[in-house]
Amino acid sequence: MSQDSIIIVKDLVKKFGNFIANDHLTFDVYQGEIFGFLGANGAGKTTAIRILCGLSTPTSGKVSVAGYDAYKQTEKIKQNIGYMSQRFSLYEDLTAFENIQFYGGIYGLSSKEIKSRSAKLFDRLGFEEFQKKQIKDIPLGWRQKLAFSVAIFHKPKIVFLDEPTGGVDPITRRQFWDLIYQAANDGITIFVTTHYMDEAEYCNRASIMVDGRIADIDTPLNMIKKYNANSMDDVFYILARKMVD
Amino acid sequence: MRTIGYIIRKEFTQIFRNKSMLPIIFVMPIIQLIILVNAATLDLKRVNMVVVDEDLSHSSRALVSKFQGSPFYKIKAAFFSVKEAEEAVLSGDANVILHIPVHFERKLLKENNVSVQLLIDAINGVAAGLTNAYSTAIIADFNKDIRAELVTIPIPDGMYKTINTIPYYWYNPQLSYKNFMVPGVLGILITMIGMFLACMNLVREKEIGTIEQINVTPIRKYQFIAGKLIPFWIIALCELAFGLTVGKLLFNTPFLGSIWLLFSFSALYLIVILGFGLFISTFADTQQQAMFVSWFIAMVFIMMSGLFTSIENMPNWAQIMNKINPIAYFMRVVRMIVLKGSGLKDILPEFIYLFGYAILIVNLAIWRYRKTA
Repeated sequence: MSQDSIIIVKDLVKKFGNFIANDHLTFDVYQGEIFGFLGANGAGKTTAIRILCGLSTPTSGKVSVAGYDAYKQTEKIKQNIGYMSQRFSLYEDLTAFENIQFYGGIYGLSSKEIKSRSAKLFDRLGFEEFQKKQIKDIPLGWRQKLAFSVAIFHKPKIVFLDEPTGGVDPITRRQFWDLIYQAANDGITIFVTTHYMDEAEYCNRASIMVDGRIADIDTPLNMIKKYNANSMDDVFYILARKMVD
Repeated sequence: MRTIGYIIRKEFTQIFRNKSMLPIIFVMPIIQLIILVNAATLDLKRVNMVVVDEDLSHSSRALVSKFQGSPFYKIKAAFFSVKEAEEAVLSGDANVILHIPVHFERKLLKENNVSVQLLIDAINGVAAGLTNAYSTAIIADFNKDIRAELVTIPIPDGMYKTINTIPYYWYNPQLSYKNFMVPGVLGILITMIGMFLACMNLVREKEIGTIEQINVTPIRKYQFIAGKLIPFWIIALCELAFGLTVGKLLFNTPFLGSIWLLFSFSALYLIVILGFGLFISTFADTQQQAMFVSWFIAMVFIMMSGLFTSIENMPNWAQIMNKINPIAYFMRVVRMIVLKGSGLKDILPEFIYLFGYAILIVNLAIWRYRKTA
């Protein structure tokens, strides 16, 4: 794996009034890796991911995504990323294909390209039966997979996934991670937040956030060794307790 | 341009798929047109009168029968005291009391000067004013007759030369309130539909969270606003065409001006109204907030627009306030075109003004819409 940094974050601070959501975050994400951004609910993951996506402006610190500055070049960043938010964000009253067509169109793909890519996508997912169904009639697991496919439909350099597997059954979660691996194989850098610690072990590297700060950042295996733990789950408990004390 | 096209296509798909949307867009306005135009009328149709005739003479009966002969008056009862008659007004059975005093005839003959009293229920001021005007006209008419009948002395030349006014009401010769109301009500309908639909639509995307997915795309702000504005602009224009047809069929409203001029002006006007709706929606987080704010603004604008009451009669400050009221411009122009047949030259100032307004408000909406919080 190349060690070129595609995301560079230095001393990132985000305050909402007196509340410090992100407290001097510093980390790099390398080109092509699957980076796990872990932490409990309310640890500040979503705040950070929204800044990286150009949806929110940092209070201070240096943030660069795909070579663009998160203060001034948010629109350039947006051309190079995909984003799947915590809240389900496809149009429920549109069909699967209409959703893809809409987002593909917004990203400036030609209608020919949209057609050929979506045909491939539906074929690969085994999704044909849902193509003409409205999203509200499609089961949750499939919706999540579709939302992910929409997020990478325009072939971005980086895709941000904010708790993509929330509320999904274990089998679908496995299938979902298969999709993530496929995308990573295609050269897309994956930035994924989750609070399922077993998923952390699927990542190349992971950071663990506690109370707005990054407690540690390393490969899952190194962390398990370092803290003399059995799993990432244990690592998380150890770090969370240490920070609170 | 292609991006805007994709948004428009998506909006139309959603609008036509929503089962409650089409009735709201087309059926509701028609019903409102029928009800409002027929019901909201200031025409005086029927005045219930009670009479207190203390004279009981030939002349007093002649006066009462004069009222009886008018199609607008219905003599409900006769009483011997004003007090009894007042009770009829209090209970709502009558709107007006005609009180003819004792010695009415004698004074009329001897002193050539006598008064009758009209007591009018003025809870509805407009109706009371009209009742007064009609009654005065009838009494004046009676006056003329009685003179001719009673004064037998030859009238010297020039003694009764009075100036007669023969009114001719231009642009609405029958003073039909319907002709006045149809264009106005149509204006209100496209305003409400346009403003509310555009406003609610954008806020709905905020509520269901899809706006975030759009904000993370490289879409330009003007593209998004245009994509939200154009579908409702088309719908509102279709609605105007539909409403005009219905107005023509149901009320046979005259249409003197150019239909193309009306549509070009409405097209411009709707950009202002939709821009307003979208501007409001950039502030609101929920459809409820959006609804209340746009309802409030639309209400004030409509009430002040001259739909029911003439702007020229409003106090000075209200007339100044109306300078920023797009609906007031629309009301004036739509009636000018429809009833008066005004051409582009006549409405040019309003056209230029609304053009500037449209540019301003749409730019405000684009500026206020935030892709980055």
